[in-house]
Amino acid sequence: MALGARGHRRGAGALGVLTAAVGAPLAHYLPIDALRATVGALLLLMGISWSRKAILRAAGKLAKHDEDAIFARTVGELGARDRVARGWDGVAFAGAFKGVMLEGFEVVLIVISLGLRSRRLGLAVIAAVSAILIVAGLGVVLARQLSEVPENSLKTVVGVMLVSFGTFWIGEGAGVHWPGTDLSLPALIAIFAATTAALVGGLKRESRQDQPKQPANS
Amino acid sequence: MHSVRRAWTASGRFLWDFLGGDTPEVPITTAAVVLIAYTLHRHQVAAVVALPAIGIAGLSISVLRARRSTSRPY
Repeated sequence: MALGARGHRRGAGALGVLTAAVGAPLAHYLPIDALRATVGALLLLMGISWSRKAILRAAGKLAKHDEDAIFARTVGELGARDRVARGWDGVAFAGAFKGVMLEGFEVVLIVISLGLRSRRLGLAVIAAVSAILIVAGLGVVLARQLSEVPENSLKTVVGVMLVSFGTFWIGEGAGVHWPGTDLSLPALIAIFAATTAALVGGLKRESRQDQPKQPANS
Repeated sequence: MHSVRRAWTASGRFLWDFLGGDTPEVPITTAAVVLIAYTLHRHQVAAVVALPAIGIAGLSISVLRARRSTSRPY
């Protein structure tokens, strides 16, 4: 556990150094259009991946993501390795480091994107830090209740948002003028939400048709 | 030199895993959206229609390819 915490700290530190060393100079010295297209592409990549998994889970084609079960399983696996008492446990360290880096990288991307969009990167950073503090506080107070929030629905919404923002920014970065500029975003969100709903509905219908029919009681 | 190459290879694998992994249609769709955006940026109507359309096609193909996989714990 101590190594996991150390992995978290090192991950957060590396992410901070990476953001300060690369993020801020990128925002100042790279052409804003190229940066928008790059960030848009990364958002689209993550958005399609999120949406794909959320759709498959909503349709019952993939098992639902159970954070409690995953935590229990990971703790069990790490405990079984019985290395913690003997010192360095690379797996625990790497797991914590990778988790913080990946999740943090997504947050950094979103903050930079929103900051560039409004040309107020400082404000976006302050908003993100405030959000982290509020969410952490709520997590401490409402841990049990939060575990009952339908996670897949949240992920579906986030996936739709990421795909919509990604498509929008790639277009803006490439010089495409969206009709109504920012008003195109709700339209894109509606289009991708409808696509997601249609795919979930289609897969559910397919699952029902694949189920063997019950013989009628005579 | 050997350790640098190993670190470079490991970083490349990690990045590929993170960005694409076993779903190559995801990075392919993204690359297609970027390519079409830069190709069609002078044809506004075509670009505005094509960009979401490619995103929808990529997402649909990705989901339909995975639909036959059995339900498994994640």
